[in-house]
Amino acid sequence: MSIVPHTVSRLPWRLMLLVSIIAAFGIVVLYSAAGGSMTPWAANQLIRFILFTGMAFFLSRMPVELFAALAFPAYGAILAALVLVELIGGVAGGSQRWINLGFMQLQPSEFMKPVIVLAVARFYARLPVGEIRRWTAIWPALVLIGIPWALVLIQPDLGTATMIAAGGVVTMFLAGLPLRLFIGTGLVGAAIVPIAFSFLHDYQKKRILIFMDPESDPLGAGYHISQSKIAIGSGGLWGKGFLQGTQSHLDYLPEGHTDFVFATMSEEWGLVGGICLIGAFMLLFAWGIRVSIRAGDRYASLIAAGLTTTIFFYVAINLMMVMGLAPVVGIPLPFMSYGGSSMLTVMLCIGIIMSVERDSRQSRPGWS
Amino acid sequence: MKFPKLTPKHVTQASLSYTFTRRAMVLGAMQGGIGVLLAGRMGWISIAENEKYALLSESNRVNLTLVPPRRGWIIDRHGRPIAKNRTDFRVDIIPDRLQDKDRVIGTLAQLLALAPDEVDRIREDLEKAAGFQPVQVSDKLSYDQFAAVSVRLPDLPGVAPAQGFSRDYPAGPSVGHLIGYVGVASAKDYEKNRNPLLITPGYKIGKDGLERTYEAALNGKPGAKRVEVTAHGKVVRELTTRPDTPGKTMQLTIDAGLQEYAGRRLGTQSGSVVVVDCHTGDLLAMASMPSFDPNSFSDGISHMEWNMLSEDDHIPLRNKVLQGLYPPGSTVKPMVALSFLEAGLGPDETVNCGGAIRVGNGMFHCWKRGGHGAVNMHRGIEQSCDIYFYVMAQRLGMQVIADMARKLGLGQKFPMPYPSQSYGTVPDAAWKMKKYGQEWQVYDTVNATIGQGYMLINPLQLGMMAARLASGKQLMPNLLFGSRHRPPPAQPLGVSQQHLDIIHAAMRDVVNGGGTGGGARLSAPGVLMAGKTGTAQVRRITMAERAGGVRSNASLAFKLRDHALFQGFAPADNPRYAIGTIIEHGGHVNIIEDAPRISGDVMSYLFDRKGALERLAKYEEGWGGDPFTRQKAQMAAYRAAHGLTPAAPPPADNAANTAAAEAPAGAVPGSQDRAAAPTTPAPAEPAPPPQAGNAQEVAD
Repeated sequence: MSIVPHTVSRLPWRLMLLVSIIAAFGIVVLYSAAGGSMTPWAANQLIRFILFTGMAFFLSRMPVELFAALAFPAYGAILAALVLVELIGGVAGGSQRWINLGFMQLQPSEFMKPVIVLAVARFYARLPVGEIRRWTAIWPALVLIGIPWALVLIQPDLGTATMIAAGGVVTMFLAGLPLRLFIGTGLVGAAIVPIAFSFLHDYQKKRILIFMDPESDPLGAGYHISQSKIAIGSGGLWGKGFLQGTQSHLDYLPEGHTDFVFATMSEEWGLVGGICLIGAFMLLFAWGIRVSIRAGDRYASLIAAGLTTTIFFYVAINLMMVMGLAPVVGIPLPFMSYGGSSMLTVMLCIGIIMSVERDSRQSRPGWS
Repeated sequence: MKFPKLTPKHVTQASLSYTFTRRAMVLGAMQGGIGVLLAGRMGWISIAENEKYALLSESNRVNLTLVPPRRGWIIDRHGRPIAKNRTDFRVDIIPDRLQDKDRVIGTLAQLLALAPDEVDRIREDLEKAAGFQPVQVSDKLSYDQFAAVSVRLPDLPGVAPAQGFSRDYPAGPSVGHLIGYVGVASAKDYEKNRNPLLITPGYKIGKDGLERTYEAALNGKPGAKRVEVTAHGKVVRELTTRPDTPGKTMQLTIDAGLQEYAGRRLGTQSGSVVVVDCHTGDLLAMASMPSFDPNSFSDGISHMEWNMLSEDDHIPLRNKVLQGLYPPGSTVKPMVALSFLEAGLGPDETVNCGGAIRVGNGMFHCWKRGGHGAVNMHRGIEQSCDIYFYVMAQRLGMQVIADMARKLGLGQKFPMPYPSQSYGTVPDAAWKMKKYGQEWQVYDTVNATIGQGYMLINPLQLGMMAARLASGKQLMPNLLFGSRHRPPPAQPLGVSQQHLDIIHAAMRDVVNGGGTGGGARLSAPGVLMAGKTGTAQVRRITMAERAGGVRSNASLAFKLRDHALFQGFAPADNPRYAIGTIIEHGGHVNIIEDAPRISGDVMSYLFDRKGALERLAKYEEGWGGDPFTRQKAQMAAYRAAHGLTPAAPPPADNAANTAAAEAPAGAVPGSQDRAAAPTTPAPAEPAPPPQAGNAQEVAD
């Protein structure tokens, strides 16, 4: 028996080390993005990270059953908030995504990303085993996903809507629905993409068109992608060096501390920095998937894998966006991008996955 | 409602768990795959396309600014600058760095003594200007003002003093037509040649005269400044600077001192002076006055100033030396006499001048009503007796005169480096037939011998005639100094030296004997000027007027007065310099500003500089100062006249109001300019007719 208390030694320290390394790297990049200054971003980000890490530890001590019990109430509350946002936006005019609470701006769609996973998983966990291959196993989940998806899409926030849908559908896939349903839907989806395209807002269409050919409008809407690729490409293998990035420091790279923080990082740290960061994220996802497979409970398995996938979508969509593989949709890079909402969401996911891990170890003490 | 069964497969808890594990692993593998894909994509961008993006990043970061080249100087034969570059001290405001606008502008207004309307303009510009685009506070500051701003820089955030170059013509109006001027490239220039230098602030190109002709040699190569800039255009730091290569210096055959003297000596008259070196054909002076001030033209001229210049009946916008055409009048008489000698006429043959002779149906008068009595060639030139030439020309015919005129450069198209020139005419039978389809008449010959009728000349041709008469060589005018540009040594004219000596002696006595050109005597002791005066009538004298007495020029409107001419050389016994002077509508009304006296003083400058300058200083007191001062006064009067007229174009600005307060109300435009004239000049006519139209068939 070591001198470290059991509850402390049982915390997933290796995971926390990994997450801390990523976040620390993010803070270093934000320090450089501010021209070598802790203000205005790096210090805030550090404080938030510490705060939300505490929150994640707290969540990890909660029993998984609590998340199961809270899944639907939370889902309902956020759905109500989404409707509220839509109403306020209708009054104020224009696009509205948040509720101003006075001390902070609450963006309910952000919380829907993990909560949709919890809700869909909760639905399948309660579904009798035999029902999984019936229609009754499909339509309630589609409704659960469809309502918030539609509400977020009309905000309009294509990136978040996509992530909500993807999170929910992946959970459905994990729940064991017949594979041909997904393949068939995928094919139908491919067929209706052109039709769906015509329903998009003009600025969304433009973003997609310009994503196809960013050079067609290098000073206009394609500017973000062009400058991001210039930042990444000019970094080369080893990068220009810490604090030596010109794209970010001379303001050519827009949103260099938020959505395009990866480009800021790549310019200074090069391909080496990028590979390390991607590798670190991959380790994080591998941990999440491993936790899900080892979880003793169906609900726990589903939420662990679902939430891991939610974090994965953040990373994948963001990186595709900054590398010119996806349109600019405003999805931040977890731990790296400056911003409280996304860090809160991601740390919520981490905390819940840690709770699943602790739960599975307690129920099956043979595992470690 | 019954749903179709999705599957007959039996599902158990275990199989579901197995499915989950399998699918979760597939999911994990897919995530890993996408991770590898992203890493590969990043590798492609940053390794394979690194070069392309590194270049794009550099072109983002680095801004190349052109540094306008310093223009080549134009210097005179002694190396004195005629056109040079002045260091410009200017002060700008960078709007983005400005903190306390009102305080800074207030301080600047006080330091630089800015007028209230200037301050308003700066405020307006500041409101319109964005970011880092500088707003000009003032240029052409004195060094003291510049220094005063520079030392207070720490208290004046946003103020940027800078140094540049602008063109400077020390002699101002005196060299306006000789050198031309520079200006900002027009939109048309930029369309023709999309050189970014053309739109660089501070860059100017030659617009007229030598500045334009030798633009390629004078303008040099621009330098470049590489600066690091932000996306908003803010300059972070300078990277490298490549200095400009100044344009080549051009040396002219002009004597800057003489040129300026000639320009100033023309005084209030509309005229031109050409001085030629009799050994080489080098042009020592080519003055056309009044002229624009190339300094103000190069800074961008105001509408008001342009209107004033184009309305002036003294035609300051025309280079009269090359573009003015005048009947040469009696200045051709030595040339005509030389043609007689070469044609075999004895110098001692006499003609009796009774004041008039009948030619065909008309009476042709001598300028002296009473007549000269018996006149030989020497006297004919000395007294400028018209009858002698009428008689002898009828005997020898037009062709000998026309041939000699051409030999002496009349009608010759001299290759001069100017964009626009007019050439005079030497008429003969073939010319008249070709031009008018009419036979040559005896009265045409008679008119031509006294330089009237169809005969026309520009001042350069007048000067060259004098130089060729003086040297007996086929001199060509030369403006570029140095052996490289000098034309080959001039061939002799092919006339007998003995005949030239006869002409020279007669011309010497025109000035120094009892002749008509006494006003041209030189002040230098022992140096004699030889020359010939001329009067070119621009109106027909009717029989009725002649009967009642020819009206004096002083009583005529400016436009109707005779042109006054003089051509000559000095020293008379060993010609070194030749001169040609034409005073438009001079009318011999003012002896000091008449062609002979001006020629005498300009020539004296070459032999007795001190005396010539002293006389000029005295004259200029009477004229209201040097050309700079007079032009300023003229401008003030013009503005006052227009500022007080309700129909005046824009509302008068402050400067005009100040001028109005100082100038007498209702001043006639340009009246200051002609204060020395004995009579009030007639109101300016809208546009002077072309000079060639002024030549009319007269007999005098």
